[in-house]
Amino acid sequence: MTQQIPLLARYAESLFWMARYMERLENLARLVDVTQTFESPGLENEAWDSLIRIYANETHFAETHDGLEPDAVKRYYVLERQNPNSIISSIEAARMNARTLRPLISTEMWKHLNVFHRDLLQIAEHELQGDNLSRLCSRIKEGVQAHTGITEGTLFRDQGWHFYEMGRLIERADQTTRLLDIKFHRMLPKGSEDRRHEERTQWGGVLRAVAGYHAFRRIAPVEFLPQHVAGFLLTDPCFPRSVLLCLSQTEWHLTQLRTSYGLRGTRTALEQIEDMRAALLDRSAEQIISIGLHDFLDGMQRDLIGLAASVGDAFFRDWKPSLQQAQSQSQSTAQP
Amino acid sequence: MNAEVVKIPEDLFLDCEPGPYVSELATDRPGDNGAAQIVRDRLSAIGLDGLRARAKAAENDLMSLGVTFTVYSDATAIDRILPFDCIPRIITAAEWRKLETGVQQRVAAINAFLHDIYHDRKILRDGIVPAELVLGNANYRPEMENFPVRFGTYVHICGIDIIRDQFGDFRVLEDNARTPSGVSYVVENRHLMRRAFPDLLAGMSLMPVDDYGRRLREALTEIAPEGVDDPQVVLLSPGIYNSAYFEHVFLAREMGVPLVEGPDLVVEDDRVFMKTTAGLRAVHSIYRRLGDDFLDPTVFRPESLLGVPGLIRAWRKGNVALANAVGTGVADDKAVYAYMPRIIKYYLDQDPILANVETNICREAEGLAYTLDNLDQLVTKPVGESGGYGITIGPRATREELEASRAALIANPSNWISQPVIGLSVCPTLTDDGIRQRHLDLRPFAVTGRSTWVLPGGLSRVALKAGSLIVNSSQGGGSKDTWVLAEESRR
Repeated sequence: MTQQIPLLARYAESLFWMARYMERLENLARLVDVTQTFESPGLENEAWDSLIRIYANETHFAETHDGLEPDAVKRYYVLERQNPNSIISSIEAARMNARTLRPLISTEMWKHLNVFHRDLLQIAEHELQGDNLSRLCSRIKEGVQAHTGITEGTLFRDQGWHFYEMGRLIERADQTTRLLDIKFHRMLPKGSEDRRHEERTQWGGVLRAVAGYHAFRRIAPVEFLPQHVAGFLLTDPCFPRSVLLCLSQTEWHLTQLRTSYGLRGTRTALEQIEDMRAALLDRSAEQIISIGLHDFLDGMQRDLIGLAASVGDAFFRDWKPSLQQAQSQSQSTAQP
Repeated sequence: MNAEVVKIPEDLFLDCEPGPYVSELATDRPGDNGAAQIVRDRLSAIGLDGLRARAKAAENDLMSLGVTFTVYSDATAIDRILPFDCIPRIITAAEWRKLETGVQQRVAAINAFLHDIYHDRKILRDGIVPAELVLGNANYRPEMENFPVRFGTYVHICGIDIIRDQFGDFRVLEDNARTPSGVSYVVENRHLMRRAFPDLLAGMSLMPVDDYGRRLREALTEIAPEGVDDPQVVLLSPGIYNSAYFEHVFLAREMGVPLVEGPDLVVEDDRVFMKTTAGLRAVHSIYRRLGDDFLDPTVFRPESLLGVPGLIRAWRKGNVALANAVGTGVADDKAVYAYMPRIIKYYLDQDPILANVETNICREAEGLAYTLDNLDQLVTKPVGESGGYGITIGPRATREELEASRAALIANPSNWISQPVIGLSVCPTLTDDGIRQRHLDLRPFAVTGRSTWVLPGGLSRVALKAGSLIVNSSQGGGSKDTWVLAEESRR
C-alpha cells in the first residue's frame, strides 16, 4: 500500500466529472470541426443534422429551435447554455467541479481553467462563421490540451488522479464511438470510383479530427475500406483515442485503486470492462458493420454509461449531493 | 562612457497632506529607521504610470488566480476581487509588540469571560456586566452551559479590529470572535507584492506572514479530543456558493486538510466521520466556517442543509473539537464590547494594553440620553450587525438621516451604542487623482490552542472613497499589504 491519505468521495466524484467535461468539450470541438468539413454544397443541412442525431438531441433541438439552420446547430453546440452538452455548458460544469476541487488540484490547473473559462465566455457570434469556426475549434482543442498537459505535470498522483484519469478515458471512449457513428450516418451509397474517392476523403477527415490520420496511414492498406477505419478507432491497441485503449487504461486505474489504495468495489466495473473488451474483439470490424455498426455503437455507449455508474456506486456512494450539486451533476448523467 | 542625465523622479507624495490625521506612511515616527521614507522614494522612482500599470497587472493576476469573493445577482455569479492597493502600510517593531500583547490580552479576557458566563457567572453576580445583557443575548447558547472546552479556549480564531486615532494611539473598535474572515488576503497580498513589487521590498526585513496555516493546524491538533494520536482535522465550509469560499480553500490548503461540506460528514454513535472513497473515516477536529445556527439542524435551524445532524451531540460527548466553540458571539457583541476594559481588569487584573473607543450604551438611560442629545456628533451603531451596515455618522449625516436614527434609537434603545467620531489614521493610496490619503484600519488575527499566537500585521482595510471612514469590503473598501518591520536596528 502506498499513501493512505483519505480522499473525500465528493472530491473523487468531482475529479471524475471535471475530467469528463474537459474531454467532452475537446471532442465537441473536434466533432463540430469535422462536421463542417462534411458540408457538401447544397447538403449543408444534412451534415449538421447528423451531428444532432449523434447526440440524440433531435427532440430538444426541435423544441428550442425553429428550423434546422447550420448556424443554429453550431450555436447550439458551441454557445447555448440550454444545451447541457454544449461547449459553454461543459466548461461551466468543468469549472464548477474545479471550484470544489480547489483545495486539491494544483494552483496552475485552477488558474488555467479559470482563464480558459473566461476566454470561452467571450466567444463572439462571428467566430462561428465560415473559416473562423475551424480556428475557434483549434483554439478550444488547444485549451483543453493545455489543461491536460498542466494536469500531467502538476496533479499529485494519489488516488484522486486515478479518478480524474478514469473520467477522461470513459468520456473519450464514448466520444470516439460518436465520432465513428457520425461518419456512418453520412456514408454514401456504394458507387463509382468518384464516389469511393469522395468516401476516402471523408474518412480521412474523420481520422484527422481525432489526430489519427497519419498513424492510420502507416498501418492501414493503401486502398483502405471503411472497416479498417472502424477497426482502428475501436480496437487499435496503440491509438490514444481507440475505445479498446481507453478501456484497458481504465482497467489499469481500477486495478491500481484496488491494489495500492485497498479500495473495494472495483469488481463490477472490472467485469464490465471485460465484457466490453469481448464485444470489441470477438468479431471483426467487417462483421460488426454488416450486423449494424450504429446499433453496436449504441450498445457501447450504454455500456460506458453503465461503467461510469458502477464507478459512482462503488466510490461516490456515500456522498449525498445537495440540491445545487444535484443539478450540475444530473446534467452529466442526462447525457444521451 | 556616456554621460547620463540623472532624472530626478517627481515626488508623488507632494499632494498627500494627511490633514489632522496620523498617516501610516507619511508621518515619520520613531523606530521605522527611515523605512517609510525609503518606500516613498521607491514609489516615486517607479512613477505614477508604472504604479498604475503594475496595479492593473496585479489585479488581473488576482482575478486569474481566483483570489476572489463571489457576488450573486439574479442567477449569475460574479467573481470580484477585493480591491488591492499596492502602497503598503508600515508598522514598526515597537508598535507591533504593543499590538501583539494587546491582542493576546484581549483574547485571554474573552476566553475567561466565556468560560465564566457558561459556568459560574461570577462576573454577572459581581455586577460587572449586566446579567440580562449576557443571558438575554441572541448569541448566548444554553447548550454551552457547564460544557468544558480544552485549555478553556472558546475563541480559537479571533480577529480584532483596531484603529489608530488622531493622537497616534491604537484603539480596539470591535472584536470578532465568531468566524472572522480576511486572513487569506493578508497572505495573498504579501505574495502579490513579492511578485509585482520586488524592487519595493528589496532589503526590507519584514516579519513573515506565511506561518498562519501551520499555526492554525497546530492549534486544531492541540484541541482534538484527548487520547487521539494523529487527529484528523478538517475545515467545514458552507461550500462554493459562500462568498468567502476562496478563503476556505486557502486555509484548507495551507493547513493541508480536507475542505468538507456538511453532507461530507456524518455522525454515527456520537462520532463524526467523513465520507471517503474507502468508506467512513473518523474526524477529530473541525475548523468550522459556518455560523452556530447552521451547524446542526437537530439543535438549531431545522431547515438548514449546510450542517451535520448530530454534530452538537458528538461535540458535547467530547468526541470532536469545534473551532470556534459554539456561543462565542455573546463576547463580540457591540454592547458587551463596551464592558471589555472592565472584563480585562476583572479576570486578568491588568489595565487594557489597547484601549477601547469610548462607548455609550443606549440600553442604559444615561447612555441613551447622552446619545440623543449629541446625535449629530456621534457615530451610532446597531449592536447586532456586522459589515458596516446600519451605521450613522452624525457629523456627516443629513437631517433626515439623523431623524431616522433618532426614531430607531427611541424604538429599541438596547439595539444601539454610540461612539465619538474617531479620526481614523490614513495611508497614502493610489487613486485616479494620484497618491492620496485614505482612512484605514487593521484586523490582526490571533490563533489560540494552548496559547495565543498573533499573525504579524493583519488585514489593513482601506476606504477607497475620499474622506470615507467605512473600510468594509461590502461598502467599497480595499486592502493593503501590512508590513511589520522585523527589527528596529535594521531594515
